[in-house]
Amino acid sequence: MINFFLLILIYSGIYALMAIGQNIITGYGGMLSLCQAGFFAIGSYTTAILATKLGWSFWATLPAAAILSALFGLLIGLPTLRLKGDYLAIATLGFGEIVRNVLNNWDSLTNGPMGIQKIPMPDLFGFVINPYRKYAFLVMVILFVVIAYLLFQRLARSRMGRALAAVREDEIAAQSMGINITKYKVYAFVLGASVAGIAGSLQAVFSLSVTPGTYTFMVSVMVLCMVVLGGMGNFKAAILGTFIIQLISYFPQLTGLSSVIPPQFKQILFGLILVVMMIWRPQGLLGREERTYGGSTERKGGKR
Amino acid sequence: MGIAEFFQHLMNGLTLGGIYALIALGYTMVYGILKFINFAHGDILMIGAYIGLFVFDMLRGDSPLGTWTFISFFIAMLVSMVSCGLLGMGIERIAYKPLRRATRLAPLLSAIGVSFILSNSAAWMFGTQSRKFNYPFDNTSINIGGVVITPHQILILVVSLVMMISLKIFVDKTRMGKAMRATSLDQDTAMLMGINVNRVISMTFAIGSALAAVGGILIALDFKVYSSMGTMIGLKAFVAAVVGGIGNISGAMFGGILLGLLETFGVAVLGIPTGLKDTIAFGVLIIILLVKPEGLFGKVEKEKV
Repeated sequence: MINFFLLILIYSGIYALMAIGQNIITGYGGMLSLCQAGFFAIGSYTTAILATKLGWSFWATLPAAAILSALFGLLIGLPTLRLKGDYLAIATLGFGEIVRNVLNNWDSLTNGPMGIQKIPMPDLFGFVINPYRKYAFLVMVILFVVIAYLLFQRLARSRMGRALAAVREDEIAAQSMGINITKYKVYAFVLGASVAGIAGSLQAVFSLSVTPGTYTFMVSVMVLCMVVLGGMGNFKAAILGTFIIQLISYFPQLTGLSSVIPPQFKQILFGLILVVMMIWRPQGLLGREERTYGGSTERKGGKR
Repeated sequence: MGIAEFFQHLMNGLTLGGIYALIALGYTMVYGILKFINFAHGDILMIGAYIGLFVFDMLRGDSPLGTWTFISFFIAMLVSMVSCGLLGMGIERIAYKPLRRATRLAPLLSAIGVSFILSNSAAWMFGTQSRKFNYPFDNTSINIGGVVITPHQILILVVSLVMMISLKIFVDKTRMGKAMRATSLDQDTAMLMGINVNRVISMTFAIGSALAAVGGILIALDFKVYSSMGTMIGLKAFVAAVVGGIGNISGAMFGGILLGLLETFGVAVLGIPTGLKDTIAFGVLIIILLVKPEGLFGKVEKEKV
């Protein structure tokens, strides 16, 4: 049982990385991207291929996964982000499906539907972090989540975060204030893609095998659901949402009711969550993180 | 390529395109009025195919191919159209109507939710294995001067042509059609002119969904019926709507047929492998978005502040 909880926590961590990426894209940028699964897949396969075919260590494949995902983010983002938001949703949906199509068909590189097995385990100064040492793996995943959280949190409070918020609220107003809207949208998109690539990398070394079937549209919707449930534009909320969604998706196994509850139960529930949240609580459970500027008079240092 | 081969591909492309056009109409009508993409459209198509299948099988029983099977096929199609029309109206009422004044993102997210609910409920209720939709007639192909045409293709052409012409007449000539056009131009002004905008929107969803049901049944005759059948077809139909200029009804018809022809000729002439057939549509989408984002027949909309 404890092992099962650890598994849920580890998956929550991996998905939390994707949710953080989705949050910068959708929560801050207001862009509906539906291909976190595609970037996730690219990250996983980068690690799997570099590690099995070229013998790279996990730590070397990690930046490669992030960079490659980011590049694909740029590739899909540049043409579509210049346009109105709705097209992005369809283009990214299509992109996610194409990634899976290519992984399924490019036999020489990805081994087709069979996927890639026997991915080497990551080690740190001789200490092998394998999926059987769940505590060690959990610590590693949590570290990644904390680092990503801190980085993205800082980023969201920086000039870029403010620019993105302005673009989200009113593109024309933002543009007239001198914000290059396409540039910031592409930044957000690429960053969101790269962190999903890192999540994919972790997933590859956790399950030690990758198959195209893992990276379905369902995953993208799940990640979206996490962000919507927690609250768009709030990284803590994204992580909370991830944990709740993971608990829901393992609920049948947790309660031992998996023979009673149909396998489609969780997907139907995700759909319901999206609709219900939009109608009754569009800001999510925690709501957007609002920052007030200049409200506090207790500023340290320097006179006014 | 010989002349017969050319006409063969033309025929195949036209029938495929006719189905895309029927489905694209639903996207384009909803977009024209509400300015959002109804992601659940593809899943309504799937539900339509299932309803058609069940009603047809029930009516047909064990009777041999003949007039009765043909009639029962059309009854099934009618039942499916009506049920899908009601379903579309219901979805609009529950999931989209409360969000009309919300942010742009809200109805899109809600639509994705609806799409997920529909496709997974179908998988749960009807099982995950695909079902065969039996032909209501003898589908032996006819050879006309080297061009092989199946009765199914003729059915597709006739049905989609009838549907499109009646829709065109409905939108252009009737009072309701006029109200639709007015609502699409400016919702608030239309309301001030005494048009019941809520009814117009409901009607739009009903018509779009009914057309999707027809498209679903026509395509189910060739490819089976399964719970995720709507995703890819829906996506392609959306591309067709964008190609023709989203919001433009004649554009959607043209875009659908153009996409069908591009797919058939892309495989046949350019030698694009069949496995990558689905990517043609997305290539077209990206090119159109880059070169002419308003579509072939769309108006360039000036954004007002």
